[in-house]
Amino acid sequence: MSNMESFHYDDAIVRKFTLVTILWGVVALSAGVLIASQLAFWQLNLGPWFSFGRLRPIHTNVAIFAFVGNSIFAGIYYSTQRLCKARLFNDLLSNIHFWGWQLIIICAALTLPFGLTTGKEYAELEWSIDIMIAIVWVIFAINFFGTLIKRREKHIYVAIWFYIATILTVAILHIVNSISIPVSFLKSYPIYAGVQDALVQWWYGHNAVAFFLTTPVLGLMYYFLPKAANRPVYSYRLSVVHFWSLVFIYIWAGPHHLLFTALPDWAQSLGMVFSLMLIAPSWGGMLNGLLTLRGAWDKLRTDPILKFLVVAVSFYGMSTFEGPMLAIKSVNALSHYTDWTIGHVHSGTLGWNGFMIFAMLYYLVPRLWKNDLYSVKLATAHFWLATIGIVFYIVSMWVAGITQGLMWRAFNPDGYLTYGSFVETVTRIIPMYYVRLMGGTMYLTGILLLLYNVAKTIVGVKAPEDEKGTAPAIIKTPHAEGSFLNRLESNPIRFALFTLIAVSIGGLVEIVPTFVIRSNIPTISAVKPYTPLELEGRDLYLREGCYVCHSQMIRPFRAETERYGDYSKPGEFVYDYPFQWGSRRIGPDLHRIGKKYPDMWHYLHMKDPRLTSPGSIMPGYDWLYENYLDTSNTKAKMKVMKVLGVPYTNREINYAVMLLQDQAGEIDKRLGKNDNVNTARKEIVALIAYLQRLGTDIKSKK
Amino acid sequence: MNIIYLLLPLSLLLGGGALIWFILALRSGQFDDLETPAYRILFDEDGPGNQ
Repeated sequence: MSNMESFHYDDAIVRKFTLVTILWGVVALSAGVLIASQLAFWQLNLGPWFSFGRLRPIHTNVAIFAFVGNSIFAGIYYSTQRLCKARLFNDLLSNIHFWGWQLIIICAALTLPFGLTTGKEYAELEWSIDIMIAIVWVIFAINFFGTLIKRREKHIYVAIWFYIATILTVAILHIVNSISIPVSFLKSYPIYAGVQDALVQWWYGHNAVAFFLTTPVLGLMYYFLPKAANRPVYSYRLSVVHFWSLVFIYIWAGPHHLLFTALPDWAQSLGMVFSLMLIAPSWGGMLNGLLTLRGAWDKLRTDPILKFLVVAVSFYGMSTFEGPMLAIKSVNALSHYTDWTIGHVHSGTLGWNGFMIFAMLYYLVPRLWKNDLYSVKLATAHFWLATIGIVFYIVSMWVAGITQGLMWRAFNPDGYLTYGSFVETVTRIIPMYYVRLMGGTMYLTGILLLLYNVAKTIVGVKAPEDEKGTAPAIIKTPHAEGSFLNRLESNPIRFALFTLIAVSIGGLVEIVPTFVIRSNIPTISAVKPYTPLELEGRDLYLREGCYVCHSQMIRPFRAETERYGDYSKPGEFVYDYPFQWGSRRIGPDLHRIGKKYPDMWHYLHMKDPRLTSPGSIMPGYDWLYENYLDTSNTKAKMKVMKVLGVPYTNREINYAVMLLQDQAGEIDKRLGKNDNVNTARKEIVALIAYLQRLGTDIKSKK
Repeated sequence: MNIIYLLLPLSLLLGGGALIWFILALRSGQFDDLETPAYRILFDEDGPGNQ
C-alpha cells in the first residue's frame, strides 16, 4: 500500500502522568487516613491548618482531581493514540496540560489548608484557580480532538466516545458551577444563592461523579479490560447502546442529593426517577465488562491485573445499584446526612475508581518502561489487602449510617425523642470509625506496595524510545459540492464541539444576567440580609469548613422538627451566597441554632466543645480567640453582594465597619468579659453573631 | 427556583446536542460494522510486558 505511514506514539507524556498518578494517589489516600483518624480521635485536630474542616477538601480534591484526574489523562493519552493510530496532536500542548494540571493541584494544596475556599463541595477551589482549570481543560480538549482529527483509523472505538462525552460535559459543568464574582484575588461569591445554588451545585456534583469518575473510567475499561484479557468486548452493540443512554440519563440525577429539602417536589421526583432508570445503562457496562472474560476466567487465578479489573467492574455494578436505591425517597429519608452515603461513595471510589487505576498502572508500567513487573506476588498481595480494606470500610459505614439514621428518628411511646441528645448518636458509632480507619489504612498500605513494586520495576531502567506504529492514511473521499449533509458529515466531531460551545455561550450570555439582576425575589418579607458582622462570621464558617460536619437544612419530618425546630423554607436562603445546606451530620443541624443558646454557650463551645457537650468529637477552634477579625474587605464584600441582588443600602455599605463594631461591642457586653477589652474585635465574636442569626428571621414554634 | 430557567434549557441543549452528535455519527458510518472493532484493538502491537 503506497500510503502506509510510519509514526511514533508519544509515551513520554503517558509516563509522566503515570508517575504523578501514583504520587498523588499516595497523598490522597494518606489524607483520607488522616481525616479518618481525626474522626476516630478528635485530639488529632491540631491548629488551624490541620483541622478536619480544612483537611477534608484536600482529601476529596486530591483524590478526585489529582489521583483519578491524572490517571484518566494517562489512560486517555495512551489508549487514544493507539486507537487512532496517530501520535498525540501536539507535544507542547501535552506538556502544558501536564504541568498546568500539577500546578493547579499545588495551588489547591496552598489554598485549602488556609481556609481559602468557596465553601462548595468538590468545587472548593477559588475563582483564580478555576480559571486555570478551564484553560488547562481547553488545552486538553484541543490536544485530544486534534489527535482524533489526525486519526488513521476511521472507526471511532467506543472508549473514545466516552472520552468525548467526558471532555465536553466536564467543561460545561465546571464553567457553569464556578461562575462567581470576585471580592479579592482569592475570595469570591457564587452568582447563585440558596435553593438555586443548591440545585446548580448538585447538578454539577452528581455529574462530576458521572462524567469525571464514571464515563472516562468506563472508556478506560473498554480499552484495558479486553487488552488485559486478550478477549474482544462481549457485545460491541451493547456498548454503543449503553453509552448513549448513560450519557443522556445521568444529567437528570442531580436532585437526588436534595430529597426532602427545600427543592420543589417535582424536581426531587425527577431526580429520583432518572436515578432509578440509570441502573439499566450502568449495568449494561458492568455486564459487558464481566462477560468479556467468558472463556478466560481461568486467567484470573494468576493475573493480578485481571483480578483488579473484575473486582473494579463488580464494585461498579454494586455502586450503581446502591446509588439508585439511596435515591429512592423513602430510603433517602433514613440515609441522608448519615455515614451510609460515605460508605456508598467509597465503594465507588475505592472499588471502582481505585481498582481500575491500579489495574491500569500494573498494565502500563511494564509496557512503558519495557521491563517486567518486579513482583507479581506483591501485586496480588496488594489486591487482597485492598479488597479486604474496602470491605471493612463500607460495612462499617453501613452500620454507622443506619444506626445514626434509626437513632435520629426514634421516638418513645410518650412522644419524646428517644435520643434527644445528638452527642449520643455520635458516640454510639465511634467504634465503626475505628473499623473504617483500619480498612482505609489497609487500602493505603496497598498503594504503598504498588509504589514499591513500580519503583523496583523502573529505577535504573532507561525510558525507552517512543513506540513505533504503522498504518495507512485514511483516504478522504471528496464531497459533493454544496451538499448540506456532506458538509455536516465532513467533520462531525468539530461540528458537535463547536455547536455545543457556541450554543452554550449564547445561552449563558442571555440567561445569566437575568438571574444576577433580581427584581422578583420570592422572599419571605421577614427574611433580611446578613449584617456586616454576620456576613464576616459566615465567611469564617466557610473558611473553617463547618459545612463538612454540620447541615443547615431541616427536613419536614417530625423527628427533625422535634429536634431542631421548624423545617427549612426555600425563602429563608435567598441571601446565602453560597448555600450551606451541607451533606453530613457528624454534628447536629444548625439551621435554627439562632438564639437557642446564650452567646456564652457558643463562646465556650467553640473553644472546647466538650465544655458544653461531653463526648463531642468536634475540634476546638482556639485560634478564633486570638485572631483579630480582618475587616479590610467588608465593604468590598457587601458591594459584591449588592451586585448579586442583596438589598444593602449605600449607607449600610459605607458605615459597614462601624456597624460591625457596634454589633460586636454588644456581643462583648453580653459575654460579660470585662477582662479582655479586645474580645469585641476577635473573630469568635463574628462567628457568634452569625450563628445567633441562623433561622431566627421567621417565627418558629420553638 | 429561577435557576431552572438556566438548567432546563442547558440540559435540553446538552441532550439535544448528544442527539445531533449521534445522528451525525450514524450518517458517517460509525455503526455500520459493530463486529470487527472489538477484535481490531487486540491486534495492535503493545511491546513486551506481562502479557
